[in-house]
Amino acid sequence: MKNKIRIGCGAGFSGDRLEPALVLAEQGNLDYLVLECLAERTIALAQKRKLADPTKGYDPFLERRIEGLLPILVKNNVRLITNMGATNPVAGAEKIVEIASKQGISVKVAAVIGDELSDKLVEMSNGISKFNNEDFAITLISNHSSLSTSPLISANAYMGVEGILEALQSDAQIIITGRIADPSLFLAPMIHEFGWATDDYNLLGQGTIVGHLLECAGQITGGYFADPITKPVTNMDTLGHPFADVFADGSAIISKVAGTGGVVNLATVKEQLLYEVINPYAYLTPDVSANFTTVQLEEIADNQVKVWAGTGQEKPSTLKVSVGYQAGFLGEGEISYAGENALARAQLAGDTLEKRLKADFTDLRTDYVGLSAIHRTDFNHQIEPYEVRLRLAANAETAQKAAIIGEEVEALYTNGPAGGGGARKYVTELVGIVSVLIDRKKVKPEVILF
Amino acid sequence: MKLYDIAHSRAGDKGNTSTLSLIPYDVKDYELLCKEVTVERVKEHLKNIVSGEIVRYELPNISSLLFVCQDALLTGVTTSLAVDTHGKALSYALLEMEI
Repeated sequence: MKNKIRIGCGAGFSGDRLEPALVLAEQGNLDYLVLECLAERTIALAQKRKLADPTKGYDPFLERRIEGLLPILVKNNVRLITNMGATNPVAGAEKIVEIASKQGISVKVAAVIGDELSDKLVEMSNGISKFNNEDFAITLISNHSSLSTSPLISANAYMGVEGILEALQSDAQIIITGRIADPSLFLAPMIHEFGWATDDYNLLGQGTIVGHLLECAGQITGGYFADPITKPVTNMDTLGHPFADVFADGSAIISKVAGTGGVVNLATVKEQLLYEVINPYAYLTPDVSANFTTVQLEEIADNQVKVWAGTGQEKPSTLKVSVGYQAGFLGEGEISYAGENALARAQLAGDTLEKRLKADFTDLRTDYVGLSAIHRTDFNHQIEPYEVRLRLAANAETAQKAAIIGEEVEALYTNGPAGGGGARKYVTELVGIVSVLIDRKKVKPEVILF
Repeated sequence: MKLYDIAHSRAGDKGNTSTLSLIPYDVKDYELLCKEVTVERVKEHLKNIVSGEIVRYELPNISSLLFVCQDALLTGVTTSLAVDTHGKALSYALLEMEI
């Protein structure tokens, strides 16, 4: 049994930067590198890609990340744990083996599956897909009655550490999963290395808190933190991603590679600790109900924050399932006005389009970017902006209808107020997500070795 | 003064719920924040943004507050018509509050 392991986090979302992961793998003296690349909607979009091509459905940046990282991981003997499998971990594992073979590298890969419940989707006679698993379907419909008319796309349960623990028993250097709760990607190697009991909830709670701190990568090293006046961060351009030295008692020191940009201090750690927490007394994962209110933090050196004393209670008997459904289309249009009387001209444009569109788009939204679009209020600031961007948005059942929003904004060029410029139009297919709970006994992780 | 002058914040989202942390730069200001930044005052301040319940959690161990705001994101990230579908910028809406 080791007394200490070092876990780095090289990606906090699907579109994250690659360079900090390369720096971590090369210079971080890591035991484990985690790449967390799945958000709620990401997996539904991946399912759509898999339906279009059964060899796809893993993270669209998997090739780029693995091509860059693989030689370094092998050279430095770092194990990689990633949820880049998205909705097709098997195809992702096969792709990694293919990349390794092209690079002349021999590497063992484990795919963890079992989260996907979408195979229980069936197409009804009206062309709408639904679940044929009765318990599940009833929960879904009773919780979200509007879904009875929406075609479903995907359903994925959030699994815990079990599948990864099994994969860690093998000699696989790369473990690629589908939907696993983000902190579990980090907790699994701690349990594996320190031999923690999976019902020692105080240890699992503390380990989960360390995972939660790391899972958004740069968000704990000064990313999404910097404010030039109150929270200056140096060398944002070379922002490093974090690693934690985790000890057998669960305590950890959060840090980053020396020489990288950014900062790890009490302020960055506190912001990330509370990020997306609904109840700090009971942060529910498939592994534990973690208690954040007992956590202690101490800055022990520059860019080193010690985290300890997190606790936990028994894990929930249910698992969360993210269900993706087709939610129609979003139509958007934007146009800018600048100079004298810019706001009044933008408002004339907005009023004109509301009259033209309101009958067909009852949920039409009009925003004035530069004034009150982002906070949806201006808190009574009496500021006349020099330039304003008008933005219209509405939902529609078809792409064709959604396109009308942008078309009408563009037509302001010849049918609207003076001096409008920079018109843009967008149509986006919407995937809605609802969460339901399922009996955890109905979800069984499975490990496939390549 | 504005909360911005003495505290920082990060917004998070889960469905249609927005989480807003409030962290003083100086731990000595934690008691002041507890006293001044009540649920009632935050509800009034964010009345044009949050239409549901607001729960305040106190975390004295890290000298921080956490506001969990329901019905704050115009249905949530996947189907909202708002520009900022996640409500990521709402941290700075909280920091606009005068105390």
